[in-house]
Amino acid sequence: MTTTAPLLQMRGICKYFGSVRANEEVDLTVTPGEIIGLLGENGAGKTTLMNVLFGVYTADAGQIDIAGTPATIRNAADALHLGVGMVHQHFHLVSHHSVMENLLVGQPGRWGQLDRPYIEQRLQEIRSRFGLEMNLDDQVRDLSIGQQQRLEIIKALLRGARLLILDEPTASLTPQEADGLFDALRAMAAQQMGVIFISHKLHEIRAVTTRVVIMRYGRVTATVVNDDSTTNRQLAELMCEHEIVAPVKASSTPGRELLRLVGICTAGGLRPALQDIDLQVHAGEILGVAGVSGNGQTELADVMSGMLTPLSGQMWLDGQVLRKITPRQVQRQGLGRIPEDRMHTGLITTLPLSSCMVLPRIHEHRFSRFGVLNRKAIRQFTKEQMQAFDVRASGPDVRTGTLSGGNLQKVLLARELAWDPTVLLAAQPTRGLDIAAAQFVHEHLLRLRTEGKAVVLISEDLEELFALSDRIVVMYEGVINGRMPIAEATVQNVGLLMAGITEAA
Amino acid sequence: MRWRLEIRDATPLWLNVLLPLLAILATLILCGGLIVLAGANMFDAYATMFSSALSSKFALTETLVKATPLIFTGLAVTIAFKAKFWNIGAEGQLLTGAMAAAYVGALEALPGWSLIPLMLLAGAAAGAATAIFPAYLKTRYKVDDVVTTLLLNFVILYAMTALLDGVWKDPISGYPDSPDILSAAEFPVFLARTRLHLGVLLAFIGAPLVWFVMKRTTLGFAIEAVGENAHAAAFSGHKTSVVILASAAVSGLLAGLAGVGEVGGLHFQVMATISPGYGYTGIVIAMLARLNPLGVLPAALFFAVIITGADSMSRATGVPVFLADVIQGTALVTMLIGLMFTRYRLRWQRVVHSVQEM
Repeated sequence: MTTTAPLLQMRGICKYFGSVRANEEVDLTVTPGEIIGLLGENGAGKTTLMNVLFGVYTADAGQIDIAGTPATIRNAADALHLGVGMVHQHFHLVSHHSVMENLLVGQPGRWGQLDRPYIEQRLQEIRSRFGLEMNLDDQVRDLSIGQQQRLEIIKALLRGARLLILDEPTASLTPQEADGLFDALRAMAAQQMGVIFISHKLHEIRAVTTRVVIMRYGRVTATVVNDDSTTNRQLAELMCEHEIVAPVKASSTPGRELLRLVGICTAGGLRPALQDIDLQVHAGEILGVAGVSGNGQTELADVMSGMLTPLSGQMWLDGQVLRKITPRQVQRQGLGRIPEDRMHTGLITTLPLSSCMVLPRIHEHRFSRFGVLNRKAIRQFTKEQMQAFDVRASGPDVRTGTLSGGNLQKVLLARELAWDPTVLLAAQPTRGLDIAAAQFVHEHLLRLRTEGKAVVLISEDLEELFALSDRIVVMYEGVINGRMPIAEATVQNVGLLMAGITEAA
Repeated sequence: MRWRLEIRDATPLWLNVLLPLLAILATLILCGGLIVLAGANMFDAYATMFSSALSSKFALTETLVKATPLIFTGLAVTIAFKAKFWNIGAEGQLLTGAMAAAYVGALEALPGWSLIPLMLLAGAAAGAATAIFPAYLKTRYKVDDVVTTLLLNFVILYAMTALLDGVWKDPISGYPDSPDILSAAEFPVFLARTRLHLGVLLAFIGAPLVWFVMKRTTLGFAIEAVGENAHAAAFSGHKTSVVILASAAVSGLLAGLAGVGEVGGLHFQVMATISPGYGYTGIVIAMLARLNPLGVLPAALFFAVIITGADSMSRATGVPVFLADVIQGTALVTMLIGLMFTRYRLRWQRVVHSVQEM
């Protein structure tokens, strides 16, 4: 055995679901000091591989060695015990507890006591080693997404993780927060830890990793040492079977005003309060809403969707003021909505696909008469929409939750665009999607723009905002603190506005 | 090497059918231990239990009569649970339905032909109102529905006892039971020399009807959507409070009809023992039926067999009748354990040892 045993060595991992080969003869090695980028489209087998590693699934064949010793891992606790920690896309924190209490969960205390001095000391250590700061007395519900992620990382480190796996870690971070995360990861690698970084974002993979492992159809198809010669195009071509095209924005002249918000204010409390929001969006225009997560974009989308009643203010759709802003009213007035959380707000994952497809329109004449469902029409409509939007699923009766993220988003698009909305509200429409699926969403947003519809695009992905928007507004602490046409927007000036810095004129 | 649980991607259809049967089998085996402890032969006891409930024409009709309130309460619980309105109050709703029926059925001022329809209406309305109250507290003030529906059962039970010991007390015999309903209010029997009354017919029509409402109507669609994910249903424009109140109303209505059937078809009056916990058994039945309205029929029949058969078994073998209660409780537990296997499967964990590389 050599002196530098790999932190992790997975060999010949196979996992089948019926006839589907989710993982086939997968080898993956992480040595100390490495940051591995695990790259692949949705369905390439990355998640399955990680689930095998963490004992969620049992591999049908193959072996896992950790630090040179064969390991049997039955659950995440076993893995952590062996020094393998994971930070999921969705955090596992107790939001009504403090940072301290969240860190104490699962920590052995002396005679069941909460050992605060011990935690403080360890936290100090983590701060000096990796530059990760955290205030022990903050309530988790008050933390930003970036801070919550940091807490998850600290939690793993505190329990002795030597190999850290991050799943789509930058999905909801600002560019600055992402840079902070990368610094911490580099510090870990410098101290002989290992990192597996799962992402679709090629520039991040290039920025932070030392080696890129590319998966396709359940197999590792390529391994690339990441150096200056690695390009986005090279990685993208290894990852996808199809050509990558940047969205092409045709010229468009804004028409009449289709959406207008006047003086929208909401109550604060646990969520950020919107203060005096004014917005106009015109036909043939995409309005981008930028901002660090937790600065009121979610609340803005909720108000417009009818899910959050504002304290004051008005909403106009297509020249008509809404008497009550409810989900039913905004839909009736022609607002299509792609919610931020497609799994829990947009769709009902336990229901069949056809039910989700007609969920908002079940009372329409074509789907029900006198309260009795027309099941044939519902299935037929679902099949048509699946075809039109290239939803890959075995049929209209399949349980919605079995679809991949990209397909779920296609279902939402298919549902909301089927009724020809005049305005589309798209909140984080490509979050967590692979390149092909994101491209598909972008094409549809641009098509709406060309057709003379209005689009409100709320996103934390600046690249996406810059590529698609005609105008950008920036939100900070519930206020719109900057607006500009896209020609004037740069990563620098938008970044400053996102951080709350408005230049004195 | 060990057994472990793994999440399933989908539940195969055969499992949904097999599972309740396996749960029942497990229940009978587990309770068999008690029979042995009571000094009887397990197979003899069960044979007596099932044959006495099924062997003769009369026994069969009695089992159907016994199943009737159980079908109603099973359906009531099913429809409420589908909306995640945790209605533990079918017992109380049954009692208010029974009281309303007994009151209306004894009104001499009404024309005789109108009594039965009015009893049905009054009982259904009373049951619905009893269920809507906690549902309103849940939707309006977020009051926990398990607590309110459960405790309301006792409020209603003791209020009823007070009535029976007070204004409804039989003036001649002094028994705490309500005045008999008029003979025109007694449910017709549609098979001579049996007790197969109108309520039995309604229960057996009710199950497919509730199935139709749940699977083929916009109301059922909305109830399922709200039950599975109220937030997403609201986002799509469904009024979740209205849907929950509607499911509570239908649930209470069905439980109320269970009470009407017992008064109009069997007892012709209300007494303190009119329901030996039919409302609670309805919960077990709904779970055993996996919240499928059609599954409620066999589940209710099974329990009717247990309840009617337990008497004969007790007389023949000396095993206490309380075994019927134990079987009910055990069936709930085995079914809940069984439900786990619709979401998970058991797998034998293999550890592949490969040659250690140098």
